[in-house]
Amino acid sequence: MSPEELTAAIDTLIRDHPPTTTDPHDFLGARFDAGLAWVWVDRSDGGSKAAPALQALVEQRLTAAGAPHPGAYNPIGIGMCGPTLLAHGTPEQRAKYLRPLFTGEEVWSQLFSEPSAGSDVAGLATRARRDGDEWILDGQKVWTSYAHLARRGLILARTDPDLPKHQGITAFVVDLHAPGVEVRPLRQMTGAAEFNEVFFDGVRVPDSDRVGDPGAGWRVGTTTLMNERVSLGGALAVRAEPGSDILDGYRVAASKGEGNPVRRDEAVRLWIEANVNHLTAIRAAAGGNRGKPGPEGSVLKLTTAEYNRRAAEFQVDLLGAAGALVPGYEVRQPTLPYGSSGIPATTTWFLRTRANTIEGGTSEILRNILGERVLGLPGDVRVDKGVAWKDVPR
Amino acid sequence: MSARATIGNSASAGVFSEEQEELRRTVRTFLERTSPEAAVRRLMETDEGYDPAVWKQMGEQLGLQGIHVPEEYGGAGFGFVELCLVLEEMGATLLPAPFFASAVLAAETLLLSDDEDAKKELLPGIASGQTIATLAYANDTGRPDGAVEATSTPSGYTLTGTRHFVLDGALADLILVVACADAGPSVFAVEKGAAGLSAVPLSTMDLTRKQADLSFDGTPARLIGAEGAADGVLDRVLWMACVALVNESVGGARAVLAQATRYATERLQFGRPIGSFQAIKHRCADMLVAVEGSRSAAYHAAAMAQADDPSLPVVASMAKSYVGEAYFSVAAENIQVHGGIGFTWEHPAHLYFKRAKASQLLFGDPLHHRSVLAERFGL
Ligand SMILES: Cc1cc2nc3c(=O)[nH]c(=O)nc-3n(C[C@H](O)[C@H](O)[C@H](O)COP(=O)(O)OP(=O)(O)OC[C@H]3O[C@@H](n4cnc5c(N)ncnc54)[C@H](O)[C@@H]3O)c2cc1C
Repeated sequence: MSPEELTAAIDTLIRDHPPTTTDPHDFLGARFDAGLAWVWVDRSDGGSKAAPALQALVEQRLTAAGAPHPGAYNPIGIGMCGPTLLAHGTPEQRAKYLRPLFTGEEVWSQLFSEPSAGSDVAGLATRARRDGDEWILDGQKVWTSYAHLARRGLILARTDPDLPKHQGITAFVVDLHAPGVEVRPLRQMTGAAEFNEVFFDGVRVPDSDRVGDPGAGWRVGTTTLMNERVSLGGALAVRAEPGSDILDGYRVAASKGEGNPVRRDEAVRLWIEANVNHLTAIRAAAGGNRGKPGPEGSVLKLTTAEYNRRAAEFQVDLLGAAGALVPGYEVRQPTLPYGSSGIPATTTWFLRTRANTIEGGTSEILRNILGERVLGLPGDVRVDKGVAWKDVPR
Repeated sequence: MSARATIGNSASAGVFSEEQEELRRTVRTFLERTSPEAAVRRLMETDEGYDPAVWKQMGEQLGLQGIHVPEEYGGAGFGFVELCLVLEEMGATLLPAPFFASAVLAAETLLLSDDEDAKKELLPGIASGQTIATLAYANDTGRPDGAVEATSTPSGYTLTGTRHFVLDGALADLILVVACADAGPSVFAVEKGAAGLSAVPLSTMDLTRKQADLSFDGTPARLIGAEGAADGVLDRVLWMACVALVNESVGGARAVLAQATRYATERLQFGRPIGSFQAIKHRCADMLVAVEGSRSAAYHAAAMAQADDPSLPVVASMAKSYVGEAYFSVAAENIQVHGGIGFTWEHPAHLYFKRAKASQLLFGDPLHHRSVLAERFGL
């Protein structure tokens, strides 16, 4: 589809389904049916077979028209699980799962991390045993964002403990309402409970919900993680007026007599960094990486996470004594869409940004990825290389 | 102006066309052949600091000196983006040549002057490489201020005073001087060997780019454009110069990252490549981050300069601050990654380190540009 045809399709969608008066889920359904979900894929998967770089055109035009953003209704689903299904799902899985995922009717979670397998995702211990046409899941996941709202999850489980850790993993779609699944909220340092522990006790998964071949789960998971970095980095970096919040914050402080040359310089420095990240995000998107993100997304994830932390600290400092106040620490389980629970207060945001350099891969792991996969530097010394998973110390 | 400089649209995303990539390859191949490290080292020890034969080839075969000069003035008529792309490659090899002074500072000053005769007369020589030109605008703090007086006499103008830190000033055939006339700051042209002109070559940290102080004592000069017209021209030339310089710096930053990466892969200690130690690997990753950010800032600034976009002063200051710090930090880290050998005269690491610092100080250092932005944003 050409840019002109795509523009026409967007305009038709907006005309037939006025974004501000149509129910958001209905609007997103119409968007999917119009082939404007992921433009580069097949029609049946919500695309138009257009050039990947044109996705930016769709997002810009729809945002300008006030259309609901699918990521707000299903952050993990849109950012990570959807792209993974597009890359590795069977036609049946794509037909069954993609549309409700896109509309936010079915919220998704990513069930990778475990108590003893975080950075080292491939060390995971949750077991899946084959039983005829089904698999039986036993184990525990942790830090699972939005599991309290999720209907489905993409899960990695160990299917062969006798193989080295990367080889014995298989990926599945799991129904989080199935018998034997228990989701327990986990409180964060902000007080909120965005993430959860999820327990699996004899949970049955049909073989038709296996994603990729048995033992090919690591490859599936890598697709998810790469998309996660692009998604996290991109979401943080692409803003309408990058860094303007920093300048505004400084202006307010200065008007109260709290300005000084050192802070002023830091304000401009942060403004510059926000804009440089923004330009890098545009450059990455224009490179046509969508659908098959390269390790470049890791640059953005790293810089924006580190930026966010410093920016939040700067804003709290500007508040002076009042920066020590918080809205309260009551346990809050967030709802979707994003933003419906109000803009986070500065101090809450300041606390929340400590997660930016941990979630979706720590800054250390990202530097490893940049060093090894982009620059081609030699790998870390690995003591578990070639060793059967069951024999690796943990 | 508010902080709302519209930064970033897809036209400025730093995605180059096939033709531009072809130009890059041609320049790169040429420089690899004509400007290897050995040549850089030989030339940096000379007074002139460049190779006339290579300079001639650049002008006559590749037309690089005139890349951004319109065809009607003898140039190749490419955009500012192409000029920046050429500079990036030159920065990667540290090409010692009066290119920045002549093809960027002097050529852009003439192009922006409202003086058709001067353009017709002076630009073709610069574009072909026959004339080496430069711009003398700075006082003894490096700022574009005072210091030279222009006097109108019945037979023309004469200049008196001193301009400092003039790039390739001792070498230039043609010097464009910013001097104060009755109607205010104006641009004048002075020829090499003019009466009362003396050049004192400076001993510079960056041996690959020469500087000189130029003194004028009743030196005859030709007015370019109208009297008092220099302020607007100089302002814009200096923004363009910042953008050009950061693109050159991207080349240097790229080169030191490649050096560090290669060494980290080859050098063994404790029985393994040093790049397998995270202390080194993570430094290299941070270097990559700095290089990628520099690219984003520099390419965008080049596109905005070419488009004559009103955001130019903002994006130029932003890029000069960001890239200035980034290039210096990667050049410094490169020395650290190389250990002892990185501190030797024989290793190229210091050549880039010195270029990075010197470039950071030219046309205003990062802190200066952040304070310029702060003023602009009304902070
Ligand atoms: C808010 C939030 C939401 C999250 N949501 C999800 C989710 O939805 N789904 C999901 O699956 N996971 C989720 N996570 C988990 C997240 O991916 C992990 O926390 C993260 O990968 C780090 O793992 P870990 O916590 O086990 O830390 P560890 O791996 O134990 O790391 C501890 C420290 O050691 C360092 N370290 C570890 N290995 C290395 C190494 N090889 N080299 C250098 N340093 C190393 C780390 O950088 C870190 O500083 C979430 C986390 C947070 C904070």
